[in-house]
Amino acid sequence: MFLTIGTDLAGVDAPASDFGFLLHKNPARPQAIDVTGGSAHVFYPEATGERCTAAVLLDIDPIGLVKAGRGKAAEGFTLGQYVNDRPYAASSLLAVALGKLFRTAMNGRCDARPDLAARPIPLEIHVPALPCNGGADLAERFFAPLGWTVDARPVPLDPQIPAWGDSRYVDLRLTGVLRLADALKHLYVMLPVLDDAKHYWVGSDEVDKLVRAGEGWLAAHPEKDLISRRYLAHRRYLADAVLERLAEVDGVELPEEGAEDGPGEGSVSLAVERRTTVAGVLRELGARRIADIGCGEGALVGELLKDPMIGELIATDVSARALIAAKRRLHYDDLPDRQRDRLTFLQSSVTYADERLAGLDAVVLMEVVEHVDPPRLPALADSVFRAARPAAVVVTTPNSEYNVRFPSLPAGNFRHPDHRFEWTRAEFRTWSQQVADRFGYTVQFRPVGAEDPEVGPPTQLALFRREEAR
Amino acid sequence: MTIDVPALCLIVLVGASGSGKSTFARKHFLATEVISSDFCRGLVSDDENDQAATKDAFEVLNFIAGKRLAAGRLTVIDATNVQPEARKELVNLAREYDVLPVAIVLDPPERVCVERNEQRSDRQFGSKVIARQRSQLKRGLRSLKREGFRTVHVLDSVEEIDAVSIERTRLYNDLTDQNGPFDIIGDVHGCRPELERLLTDLGYTLTRDDAGRPVDAVHPDRRAIFVGDLVDRGPDSPGVLRLVMGMVAAGNAYCVPGNHEDKLLRALRGKNVKISHGLETTLEQLAAEPPEFRDEVMAFIDGLISHYVFDGGKLVVSHAGLVERMHGRTSGRVRSFCLYGETTGETDEFGLPVRYPWAKDYRGRATVVYGHTPTPEPEWINNTICLDTGCVFGGSLTALRYPERELVAVKAAEEYYAPAKPLHVATAPAREPDVLELTDVTGRRVIETASHGRLSIRAEQAGAALEVMSRFAIDPRFLLYLPPTMSPVATSPEPGLLEHPRQAFETFRGQGVTELVCEEKHMGSRAVVLLTRDDDVAEKRFGLAGRGAIHTRTGRSFFDAELTDELLLRLRAVASAAGVFDELDTSWLLLDAELLPWSAKAGDLLRNQYAAVGAAARTSLPAATAALRAAQATGLDVGDLLASAERRTANAERFTAAYRRYCWPTDGLDGVRIAPFQVLASEGATYQERPHAWHLGVADRMVAAGPELITQTRRLFVDADNWDAGIAWWEELTGAGGEGMVVKPAANLTRTAKGLAQPGLKVRGQEYLRLIYGPDYTEPENFTRLRDRNLGHKRSLALREYALGLESLDRAARGEPLWRIHECVFAVLALESEPIDPRL
Repeated sequence: MFLTIGTDLAGVDAPASDFGFLLHKNPARPQAIDVTGGSAHVFYPEATGERCTAAVLLDIDPIGLVKAGRGKAAEGFTLGQYVNDRPYAASSLLAVALGKLFRTAMNGRCDARPDLAARPIPLEIHVPALPCNGGADLAERFFAPLGWTVDARPVPLDPQIPAWGDSRYVDLRLTGVLRLADALKHLYVMLPVLDDAKHYWVGSDEVDKLVRAGEGWLAAHPEKDLISRRYLAHRRYLADAVLERLAEVDGVELPEEGAEDGPGEGSVSLAVERRTTVAGVLRELGARRIADIGCGEGALVGELLKDPMIGELIATDVSARALIAAKRRLHYDDLPDRQRDRLTFLQSSVTYADERLAGLDAVVLMEVVEHVDPPRLPALADSVFRAARPAAVVVTTPNSEYNVRFPSLPAGNFRHPDHRFEWTRAEFRTWSQQVADRFGYTVQFRPVGAEDPEVGPPTQLALFRREEAR
Repeated sequence: MTIDVPALCLIVLVGASGSGKSTFARKHFLATEVISSDFCRGLVSDDENDQAATKDAFEVLNFIAGKRLAAGRLTVIDATNVQPEARKELVNLAREYDVLPVAIVLDPPERVCVERNEQRSDRQFGSKVIARQRSQLKRGLRSLKREGFRTVHVLDSVEEIDAVSIERTRLYNDLTDQNGPFDIIGDVHGCRPELERLLTDLGYTLTRDDAGRPVDAVHPDRRAIFVGDLVDRGPDSPGVLRLVMGMVAAGNAYCVPGNHEDKLLRALRGKNVKISHGLETTLEQLAAEPPEFRDEVMAFIDGLISHYVFDGGKLVVSHAGLVERMHGRTSGRVRSFCLYGETTGETDEFGLPVRYPWAKDYRGRATVVYGHTPTPEPEWINNTICLDTGCVFGGSLTALRYPERELVAVKAAEEYYAPAKPLHVATAPAREPDVLELTDVTGRRVIETASHGRLSIRAEQAGAALEVMSRFAIDPRFLLYLPPTMSPVATSPEPGLLEHPRQAFETFRGQGVTELVCEEKHMGSRAVVLLTRDDDVAEKRFGLAGRGAIHTRTGRSFFDAELTDELLLRLRAVASAAGVFDELDTSWLLLDAELLPWSAKAGDLLRNQYAAVGAAARTSLPAATAALRAAQATGLDVGDLLASAERRTANAERFTAAYRRYCWPTDGLDGVRIAPFQVLASEGATYQERPHAWHLGVADRMVAAGPELITQTRRLFVDADNWDAGIAWWEELTGAGGEGMVVKPAANLTRTAKGLAQPGLKVRGQEYLRLIYGPDYTEPENFTRLRDRNLGHKRSLALREYALGLESLDRAARGEPLWRIHECVFAVLALESEPIDPRL
């Protein structure tokens, strides 16, 4: 990974080579320091009175990076951790190296040329391979408000296979008249934000440092929300090496773990509304022993725990990782004994019969069925309605007719990348009725969220009740 | 004097302190068979005499006894047991595990007990305690039978106690030493003509009495087993009884009782029985028989044992089926289950009791054969089968040949009795999916494999697999197999090469395997193909509509339903034209194959991971090189950096060239190719013992039959004399950009002195390895570090997964229950979650 930063110091009464004083790096002597993942070299391809350009070459050692990584836990990493763009692209590792190489310059200090450090100077920056998740346009949106003239050219993925189109890299050139310290801080913060990849290598303390470097200019940045969100996303990212490796065995990629709400559903309010509606239905049923199947991070369970009428709650998920997250989120280990006794977490799967779930008052499948491949739905119905056979089942699922009301959701897309289907109201009713008939339940339907006169509610709910239980 | 005790029972010793129970137990039973309350007191309190610990001690005692009885082990309780409450708990324990409780009372004179206690330093019971215990015992003695003990033995002198010996007798239901072959015959219900025909069809010779009535039937080397319900409804129940009683008496048949025999016996004994369901017919027919015959019938029925366990425990026959925990057990509960099955307490729309579908949840190893519930067609459910095909209702009389598992049936001559509900209604809804239970796959599991012994799966591994299986895999009914991981060869000592064929040849030679085959490693994705011969096969054989499946190493479908069906149709045509179905005499076929190109499945991965690396390298390295040249021109000392950047630029070009070979455009199925290289299984057969030459021959015929779809797997057979040819071939393949080759024992499954040989070792090409180890892996400072590979774990994993794969194939070919197949398939996926270097 590589970048250059240069100046002609035009309009300044000093030779261009004084730039070396600003950077605290002698143009006559290449320098190398050890940084996370390899070594960083600084040298000057040119350093004359007219022009002075410093180059940073970060020599990444991908093997050492993995070995140094996480000690014993490094075993079983995915192939992607061995073969990746880190040695070539300007990502968070380069940002960290810049911070280490130019710490003093970034703080705006230069005892030899204090006036030069304090004033804007003409600068040219070249980052030949900048990972830019969001395209060249995003680079423009991020850098232009800071006073840069941006020339970002997409790099083709493979010139011999034009059908593949552009890669996620841009060849970035920035020109502008800025203080050097500010320019370095911009790079320091923006490189990882633009990269937007999973930060296997950057510890959370370093991410915090990056955020601090944004003080003073980030708050006024028109894209500050997006910039902050990307940071937060990385900090929450919980890598599951096993799942990724099994996907890799097949040569496929896992869908990105979305937040609780899919990109399409926008606001958090629908999720809250869904939980409230489901909790209301359960109250109405008078259910005291309940299982939340596919509990995810446990938002509904947290809500239900507040209801003292509920004596026993079983939260299941097929993902052990989700259960850990749910326990953490609900502070399960710190709950008073009496509270904890009401709540059990179980790893389970809707396609297998699980006798631990037999005979409850109610089972909730909130936003679960759409994550199951259609051919596996009979197995789901069998495990819930025959094997567990609760007195009542509450199912919610997106109403696909409503998708047209989500402006940010491209037509034909699902609300979440892991959705295997999304049903119209009629499709949901057909499936529900068949299941009810087959297993001896009755079913009624309810809207969740404000009902649109044309396309119905955003979420649909079916309430099944076992016939002899009524 | 000898005391007979059943081989499996709960023996409760009863006697005051000092009566000699522990000595008696030591003398007659294994130390591990005896659980003493003193010992349990010691376990929980460090003091065998701490009476305050009694409650906890008995909880421990009951727990241990329960575990032993569940495992089918004779257990002796060494405690005073002089109080009825204490004995009641033990009787209940015996009932819970369906074993007989036996009481042995030791009651020597009081002074003997007192003396013995006085001799003991650790126990200072007053003689009052012993007197009290003895009086409690005396009071209870007479009611022991009433308390539920099947047999009670009282020994009331020291001499008698010393003289007695214990004989263990086999349970009546234990015929495990009878290995067959058998013909198991379904519910006859008085249909004597059909029974005669069936026995004749099965090869039995009938013996008739002077009146021409059959009284026996003999087969030169087989015996019959009747599942009960010989009588009622049909035209000649006495005739059937006469024949079966004769066969049983002559040792030509076994018979278990059905609910109709049970009721008939009660009626004959004059009990108040509701005369219905065909009993009226039998009673009427029997009235015409002499009284001696009726007495014989009563004695016969009275002597019938509820169920039998045959063939080393592999076969269980009972009238209404039997859950596994009751196999070989004895209790009223077991008898009731055998006669009537379990009912849910509900009745259906015809007023008949709804039967609890115990077979659906059956996970036992024994085959259970039964009758009782009329069905139009006998059907295997989880290794159980019901043979009642409603002969008396105008259906047929069915026999199961064991161990062949063939069904033989004769049609009923007429409908002798109108059924309460139409026969076909019994299974009117389409076949229910075989239900998999979470406990079939989760938790720590041990799987017995035929080729590699017992393999264990850890709970965490199963947990990881559960998510992948549930979220991404196809229906388990089509998922019969997952391919094992494959180990690379030992690292080559040759400079600049990580892998070389010589190490593969050497490794196999070291195990005494010299006949090898080198197979080209295709540049695609591993694919398992389940093919069916006709469109109705899948539904019939696997209970799932469709044509089969094409899935990946982790059980995902390669394509959506439409493309899958289309590709399967083309493959079916090719396999049919190549005569594969005919040759293997099968309606379905499981093939191990490679699906090409890799980009068809891994397009996203290629673009986002491999091509991206190339793009970033191509853009940044030349810029860096140019800057370094400029710096060098100004006289700076950057020579090393420049040389490195130039080499890395070349490496990036090679890396790009390597991944490009895996990409060619596909559109739907256009451009997709299949390279089969092994036949995994077909109906009733697996092929791991057939040499690779045969497998490749089948593949070649498919190539010839469908060259536009099927790609050949090139191969070279190598023995100890032509290693050089193998090496040259590998150099040629990889020199042309090929991925490399796999070296396998030519004979296929190979056992060596040290156990299973690896089924194959991969030898990957130098350029292909750039995709695995990174573009710059050949740089000397990287290479020296990469040579240090730990292959031991990978090899062990490869063998375990191989054995599990073979086991699932064997089970699938034998038509075993779904959960037995799925258990192995799931285990392969679970092992794949092992943290192991993914570059190997």
